[in-house]
Amino acid sequence: MFRRQFLSLALAGTLAATLAAGGSAPVSAADEKFIVVQSTTSTQNSGLFDHLLPIFKDKTGIDVRVVAVGTGQAIRNAANGDGDVLFVHARPAEEKFVAAGDGVKRHDVMYNDFVIVGPPSDPAGIAGSSDVVDALTRIAAAKAPFASRGDDSGTNKAELRLWKEAGIDVGAASGDWYRETGSGMGATLNTGTGMGAYIMTDRATWIAFGNKGDYTIAVQGDNRMFNQYGIILVNAEKHPNVKSELGQTFVDWVISEEGQAAIANYKVDGQQLFFPNAPAGS
Amino acid sequence: MPDVCLKTIEGGRATPASAPAPLLMQARGVSFRPQGKPLVDGIDLDIREGRRLIVMGSNGAGKSLLMRLLHGLIAPTSGEVVWRGKPLDRAAMREQAMVFQRPVMLRRSVIANLQFALAVRGIGGAERRRRVEEALEQARLGDLAKRPARVLSGGEQQRLALARALACTPRLLFLDEPTASLDPASTLAIENLISTAHARGITIVMITHDKGQARRLGDDIAFLHAGRLVETGPAARVLETPSSGAARAWLEGRLYLDDLSSPHTSPTP
Amino acid sequence: MQDFATTLGNAIGLILLGDADLIEIIALSLRVTLSAVVIACLIGLPLGALVGAFRFPGRAAVTVLLNALMGLPPVVVGLVVYLMLSAAGPLGPLRLLYTPTAMIIAQTILVTPIVAALTRQVIEDLHSEYAEQFASLGVGPLDRVAALLWDARYSLLTVALAGFGRAVAEVGAVIIVGGNINHVTRVMTTTIALETSKGNLELALALGVVLLAIAVIVNAAVMALRASAVRSAYA
Repeated sequence: MFRRQFLSLALAGTLAATLAAGGSAPVSAADEKFIVVQSTTSTQNSGLFDHLLPIFKDKTGIDVRVVAVGTGQAIRNAANGDGDVLFVHARPAEEKFVAAGDGVKRHDVMYNDFVIVGPPSDPAGIAGSSDVVDALTRIAAAKAPFASRGDDSGTNKAELRLWKEAGIDVGAASGDWYRETGSGMGATLNTGTGMGAYIMTDRATWIAFGNKGDYTIAVQGDNRMFNQYGIILVNAEKHPNVKSELGQTFVDWVISEEGQAAIANYKVDGQQLFFPNAPAGS
Repeated sequence: MPDVCLKTIEGGRATPASAPAPLLMQARGVSFRPQGKPLVDGIDLDIREGRRLIVMGSNGAGKSLLMRLLHGLIAPTSGEVVWRGKPLDRAAMREQAMVFQRPVMLRRSVIANLQFALAVRGIGGAERRRRVEEALEQARLGDLAKRPARVLSGGEQQRLALARALACTPRLLFLDEPTASLDPASTLAIENLISTAHARGITIVMITHDKGQARRLGDDIAFLHAGRLVETGPAARVLETPSSGAARAWLEGRLYLDDLSSPHTSPTP
Repeated sequence: MQDFATTLGNAIGLILLGDADLIEIIALSLRVTLSAVVIACLIGLPLGALVGAFRFPGRAAVTVLLNALMGLPPVVVGLVVYLMLSAAGPLGPLRLLYTPTAMIIAQTILVTPIVAALTRQVIEDLHSEYAEQFASLGVGPLDRVAALLWDARYSLLTVALAGFGRAVAEVGAVIIVGGNINHVTRVMTTTIALETSKGNLELALALGVVLLAIAVIVNAAVMALRASAVRSAYA
């Protein structure tokens, strides 16, 4: 009977080994060409990557694995060397990343814009406005609820810059009418629409978002709500694990004529979500 | 009390069997006093090869504790247990076996319970098969061999526990009220197994409250009261003419309380 | 929300039709979770049995620690594993970050204390019943642990089940160390998180129902096994 016990133990061990081996299979398949791209939730949630990556893979055979987190976290992950390419939207932080030697070179890729969405009751009376600073001032004056990402993401940074421009200290109102969810764009939209708050979001995420309820865009079309995306190859001199060649191939393709056209072609409900603007010939 | 105690122990030692069997086991001043409470107090006891010793006494007298001390399941606070001239150790424990009042059945089949006991003693192969067969037959459990042990009746479980103990071929078998909760038929089956074991030369130490059983199975009787050995001697003599007040009172079915200055009697309910 | 039924129907339809993406996600979920549970059992069962069956100095402290570790926050475990496996971390050269193996590691850390702590309880209870008989039979320490684990096997199935429940429903750790990469490290829970963040609440909920169904099937299978054990008084 002891033999039976040991047999079952051995069986369990073998099973574990098999499962664990299976678990690591994608890693050990070293022949497979892949890169890891640290990117943001907006590009992922809008479905852009699902559109772009198969085209890229068909052409180059390179599998692109996207880790979609907030811009702040994406930059930190890349600065740890946990990614080959950084594809985010927070220009000053991106330039700092390159200056610190973590990235090789930053390229403009595309832009979309931020919008402020709000409930039909429009408590701050800003619907239809195209002056974001005026709109934020009215929200603050009305103490109308405003849901912020509060997560150091690209969207969050842009939003805080606009509050500053309006001369409003949201820190003082935090927890009152200014509510920081500390979560991603989608979670903040889910939360914000639930509490009847205004929310600033990138247009792409908003268009693709499936839980709009009766919310509509209140503020749009202000130049100050321009949202630029950049792409950076992580620097192999600082992070030797980086697959420079494969990563550069992806960067080159994204800013090439073909890649730019693919970005322009991505539409949801007939609306173009991202507008390519990589300098020609770069 | 002390004088009685002294006298009876001397009395016990002073009644050698007509042909004294060699000494198998000895308790020398064995005491067990957790937090100073003397639950077993200064026991001196000889156990001779091939004899059947019945341990009697009221509840709480320390019978089960004494048995566990003798078997080595607990260590004495003071005194020592001697097995064949040497201090009791692991090897000595393997020459003994014990059957508990409530049989401990492994969550396995009847046959696996027997195999386990033999396996832990390093007995395997054909020898183990032979002994398992023999044990099943002796305990008349052959038909139930594949049954889960824990669905057996109380009597069947105790037969299995006894067969399991005997399969290990001990020199000495401890039995702690093995028939306490069994019906007469099951009790008879257990007694027969004990007698068979004794006939094969196994020394028996058994706790019982049943005077009839003590008479049927006992060669000697050791009577405990309040943690002390108050009387030992041949079974017939102790049962017929107990010399200690405690044994006399107990055997006559009276309550005996030693914390009063004099023996106190009261009718049993 | 009125089309939840429709969405759920669609989700189940996708499974029945063998939708490759969904099947892949479910398969990966099960592979990661079962691997973690098996490894956690290989570590936690003997560990819990040792603590449950033996007295040694510091035993109470170990017990308290095991019980406390049952409440490890998944995000913290995810972060620690991330920091270990990151290219900048000590285990970076293994290149395990953003792989199913990383997810298995994180879940194993979450599940092992659960398995060990619950095993300790089960084994301690069983041991209190067996201890004297084992001592009388002269059962050695190794045989004792093996026998206790074997005899408690049906109770320990429930223990493994508790670990499975924790692992299969866990999202905080696996999303950090796995990265929720499509076709590589995307599992049921991270898909639900993703669909929720996309605002596709019905789809997220439908996937949740599928996850629940898997958990129910696994639980029912184990309970059926246990019920037959109870009939044999093995449990």
